Amino acid sequence: MPLVKGGKITEDPFVHAVDGAELPAEGSVLVSAARFLENPEALFARSGKVGVIWPNSRDVDDLVPHLDRLGVVALVFPTFRDGRAYSQARLLRERYLYRGELRATGQVLRDQFVFMLRAGFDAFDVKKQADAEAFAQTVQRYSVFYQPTGDGRITALHRRMQLRHSESAGL
Amino acid sequence: MYAYDEIDRTLVNERVAEFRDQVKRRLSGELTEDEFKMLRLQNGVYLQLHAYMFRVAIPYGTLSSKQLRRLAHVARRYDRGYGHFTTRQNIQFNWIKLAELPDALADLAEVGIHAMQTSGNNTRNVTSDQWAGVAPGEIEDPRIWSEILRQYTTLHPEFSFLPRKFKFAITASAHDRAAIKIHDIGLRLHKNEAGETGFEVLVGGGLGRTPFIGKTIKPFVHGRDLLSYVEAIMRVYNQYGRRDNIYKARIKILVHELGIEKFAAEVEEEWQQMRDGALKLDDEVVEDIRSRFSYPAYEKLPHMPDELRKAAQDPKFEAWRTNSVFPHKVRGYAIVAISLKPVGGPPGDATADQMDALADIADKYSFGEIRVGHEQNLALPHIARRDLPALWKALDKIGLATPNVNLVSDIIACPGLDYCSLANARSIPIAQELTRRFANHDTANLIGRLHINISGCINACGHHHVGHIGILGVEKNGEEFYQITIGGRADEQAELGVLIGPAVKYGEVADVIEDIVEAYLALRARPDELFVDTVKRLGVEPFRERVYATR
Amino acid sequence: MTSPLEQKKIRIAGPSIVTANRTWDGAVIYRTAGRAWSPELSDAAIVRTSGDARALLAESVADDLGAIGAYIAPVEIDDGGRIEPGNLREQIRRSGVTIGLPVQV
Repeated sequence: MPLVKGGKITEDPFVHAVDGAELPAEGSVLVSAARFLENPEALFARSGKVGVIWPNSRDVDDLVPHLDRLGVVALVFPTFRDGRAYSQARLLRERYLYRGELRATGQVLRDQFVFMLRAGFDAFDVKKQADAEAFAQTVQRYSVFYQPTGDGRITALHRRMQLRHSESAGL
Repeated sequence: MYAYDEIDRTLVNERVAEFRDQVKRRLSGELTEDEFKMLRLQNGVYLQLHAYMFRVAIPYGTLSSKQLRRLAHVARRYDRGYGHFTTRQNIQFNWIKLAELPDALADLAEVGIHAMQTSGNNTRNVTSDQWAGVAPGEIEDPRIWSEILRQYTTLHPEFSFLPRKFKFAITASAHDRAAIKIHDIGLRLHKNEAGETGFEVLVGGGLGRTPFIGKTIKPFVHGRDLLSYVEAIMRVYNQYGRRDNIYKARIKILVHELGIEKFAAEVEEEWQQMRDGALKLDDEVVEDIRSRFSYPAYEKLPHMPDELRKAAQDPKFEAWRTNSVFPHKVRGYAIVAISLKPVGGPPGDATADQMDALADIADKYSFGEIRVGHEQNLALPHIARRDLPALWKALDKIGLATPNVNLVSDIIACPGLDYCSLANARSIPIAQELTRRFANHDTANLIGRLHINISGCINACGHHHVGHIGILGVEKNGEEFYQITIGGRADEQAELGVLIGPAVKYGEVADVIEDIVEAYLALRARPDELFVDTVKRLGVEPFRERVYATR
Repeated sequence: MTSPLEQKKIRIAGPSIVTANRTWDGAVIYRTAGRAWSPELSDAAIVRTSGDARALLAESVADDLGAIGAYIAPVEIDDGGRIEPGNLREQIRRSGVTIGLPVQV
């Protein structure tokens, strides 16, 4: 499952540690929410970075106190049709000001890349190789966005205001 | 009419390009049907019994003549020469080929028409009063807010994969022609004591397997807070709506399970955290949208012009005028309802030829504007009263002057088993037979306003729950049967109909409806007591007795 | 005519076929014995046991590119051995709508 970050396929520095299995001696690890919450300090005490896979059926509230120490928050799309992680992503970015890597995992397909970027994801555990390779091209599909999210893209409503002001200013 | 600008057009074109790519990848096998189905639904493409069905959006039911002609073109070029207007102010084509859809969409995009989100688990067409902007007594044009909402909900990154579909409706008149109480979010535009524009917000209305009338969640949300408040509702729904059972996934179920107070509290908690954020609408932005709605340059015209006085001698014209012509907020003008319910015809259909002719008529008499109503009829919103006689002749020539608007033969029906793969029974032939039984206009006028709604299955696309008479098709041992309800209403006094008794066979439905109507005529307190009021006064029992006495 | 989209268990009550819609244009098609699709009901492979029905459906569903929405539908075999639709829904799918179209094409 190729990881796409910064618009291209990259190596994943995080190792996914399955529940019950021992953690690798060093390096960054990605663990389940349950495992993380059992003993977050122990995980942070390790030399590598800590990442958490947060289920889409659980409020992000319990994760919030740890956000500034996490290397990755991975949210889940069990099927691409289950859109709960979009809300979680926006809350993490826009309300809780999470600045670390926000990774989309699960059934991550090409036709949702733009939505995911807009919601605040910046890393994608892409299901199909072809989709991962098409990432840079796919995210250019849209140049117009009607609603504001935390991604900083100007909305259509405000772009119109800009155009109007520059027209009336004779520019 | 809202004028699309470069920005709006760009988005529609980008969407067409995306769908073209998705269709290509589907037909090459790169996308499986499981991956593609939701994508095609998000572009209004269903699979029906015989073929794909293509549902095109008509935002808040407003069309220009240019757009209507392009719909006629799509019907001819890509379909079988006709289209069907729906209970959500959209149009459907029934014989479309997937491979040709991107081209059809590109043709529509040229005139600012799209099919975004007319299906799928996202936010659907924002519907409104088909008399918006011209109805007497309207507080302000609800379409301005419908357009603001349309833009806000289009390709919203957070809400494109909801637990289930989500429908909005807005009204700005005392008489609710938009049926806001049976929508997921219903908005009643009004002014507070300080004269500021805002909305009573209702949530959790909807029909189908578990019908509910919407409940007020907040009596007044200021216009500037509309989008942030809606976002709060949708975020609560997106996170907590059920995803384990498609029959329990609508927001109405969440509202019912939590209770309106707890649901309102959840929304309020969310809203308080974001109400002053980027979604707060400033006056400038609202005025910009308002400024892109153009209104006709109405002339100063008399209420009773000579043309009209003379034409009153013609009984056929008068029959149409007294039925289909409605008061306009500007003196000397009228709103004309166009019935798509000809005797013996499938309700809500129009041929490509009729669409083209109507576009010409709209250019000549209605400043190039046409409206679509959820009753599956059309309207011309800006008719000078002096033009009524000429207009009538022109409409009559193309079969669009049946004087049965709001009467017993003005039936709302879903496509049913003739078209739809979800259906248990046919609905159109029932509607056709009923129009034949009640073809006599004097009889229909004697009966008065009576809304019959027919659904071919429990999904209730015909809105049978809120029909004065509701007919629901069910299947028993391979045969078509129909449950009959009475006393439903879709307006500001919205109510669900009550079952009158055991289901009746296909061949008996028309007889049963005639019996119900006969019972009403015998029982009504006065000629002007409407059917639905007689039912309210007397209950279901007298009707049940009458219908089932000999069955 | 309860929508076969709600079929959960596969249990057939008599001779049955598998039918679907052609992916590129949505046309009604029937699964043949030769692992192909035909627009003619007369070409349909007939199954008479639940096991055979399940197998035919599985093989049909595997052709994700050629067809969508495959399901098992009842048929009747008349005295001459001709296959006829087994319910109103399949009748309508084969013969078209039961109402006059607004425009006869």
